[in-house]
Amino acid sequence: MSIALFKIPMDVAPFGLSGTVYGTLLNHRTAMAALEARMRLPPYNAPPRAPVLYLKPRNTLAAGGDTVEVPAPDADIAAELEAAACLGVVIGRTACHVSEAAALDHVAGFLLVNDVSIPHPDYYRPSVRYKARDGFCPLGPRVTARALVANPDALVIRTFVDGTLVQTMSTADLIRPVARLLADVTEFMTLAPGDVLATGAAAPAPRVRAGQTVAIEADTLGRLMNCFTGAA
Amino acid sequence: MRARVAYGGALHMATPAGHAGEARLRLADGRELAEDQVIWLPPFEVGTVIALGLNYADHAKELAFNSQEEPLVFLKGPGTLLGHRGATRRPTDAAFMHYECELAVIIGRRARRVARAQALRHVAGYCIANDYAVRDYLENWYRPNMRAKNRDGATVLGPWCVDAGDVADPANLELRTFVNGRLTQRGNTRDLIFDIPYLIEYLSSFMTLAAGDVILTGTPQGVGNVMPGDEVVCEIDGLGRLVNTIAGDAAFGRRGDDKSCESNI
Repeated sequence: MSIALFKIPMDVAPFGLSGTVYGTLLNHRTAMAALEARMRLPPYNAPPRAPVLYLKPRNTLAAGGDTVEVPAPDADIAAELEAAACLGVVIGRTACHVSEAAALDHVAGFLLVNDVSIPHPDYYRPSVRYKARDGFCPLGPRVTARALVANPDALVIRTFVDGTLVQTMSTADLIRPVARLLADVTEFMTLAPGDVLATGAAAPAPRVRAGQTVAIEADTLGRLMNCFTGAA
Repeated sequence: MRARVAYGGALHMATPAGHAGEARLRLADGRELAEDQVIWLPPFEVGTVIALGLNYADHAKELAFNSQEEPLVFLKGPGTLLGHRGATRRPTDAAFMHYECELAVIIGRRARRVARAQALRHVAGYCIANDYAVRDYLENWYRPNMRAKNRDGATVLGPWCVDAGDVADPANLELRTFVNGRLTQRGNTRDLIFDIPYLIEYLSSFMTLAAGDVILTGTPQGVGNVMPGDEVVCEIDGLGRLVNTIAGDAAFGRRGDDKSCESNI
């Protein structure tokens, strides 16, 4: 259990996150469009058919206010990181093979996810070394109960770097909206109470350097703020 | 050597009992039971599951892959875990679902930027893993993608967690898989492309490993299709035998509509 999770208030059942966080690749129209020209070429050969997921393991989890360490650049690691804002769906009830119609009944609430990555050139192999580094998944600032979110498929999420608005994205542009995504994911894997499913980032993701601060905000969900610092 | 089992309404730590060849176990409270009297869980509290692809030269060749510069690492979630003697679902529409017998390395102590020479000090013990894949669902996006590898109940761990001190040489253990009693897969951990110390050094260079994290070190050649009703037994020298049964969709109340999650974009 990551200590960061205790810093994320959740006043609806199950009253705490499980620590399991999945992300979804290529679920925003802009992300799909950015790769459109290469999708039918090797190594991909075809656009994805089922949701493409990745795990943000427990060492990546962080809360608002936690510092994100930017690794020392080298031949393979750029000096800038990607800070990709996503809507995170928090599971409230065990979701196994749920229908699209029933999917939202399994949702406890929503939070913001800052899915941090080292920019990487392709998505053929799982990018664990680029996405699963310590502290690379700030979440929060709290879990907002589902009842307080009028329409999760029409949320505007804004990203600020050092106070400057650098990205505005809407969940209206998700290729699989929240309920559809939950149905398609739980067809092959069960999500448990407290699990988080990040629904997909827009492209291009904002870039951030050591010394900068990223704030991600959305109406009703609040503001998730994290400083990025150089390697110790 | 210890297991986690459910029995009589509680979770228990258990150790082997009886003579060699007998599958009996003893609970910490002294009760002695047959192995089919308990529900076997993964033998430790599992944290992050880190899996390796193509980490035996013979298996990589079997799948027509060339040698790699860097380990092919992917992660798995908790829903995919299953204990000894469990059942794993095979979707009706799949043409090729196969087992993968692997040595699982259980981390016992926090590991951050650990050098190869110190790596094994961070290992608590070892167990057997059977890391199923449904190849029909492989796609070339974050391959092997979760739909192929992170399915419910498709990562079997157990039966025992064997203390590192009781495994003389983890780099020389034979792995064997039997399907319905017939030997179908055989390999030895001495043929790992990236060995255990290297994997701990590599992984801990970018992610802090914690007690309970587990590294599934990859599978040798000999993977084969399995069908509902098949009994799949994975063995590793000194670690025991891990039994799993393949079940069909009906046992899970499914109609075989697994393709419903696909969409043409």
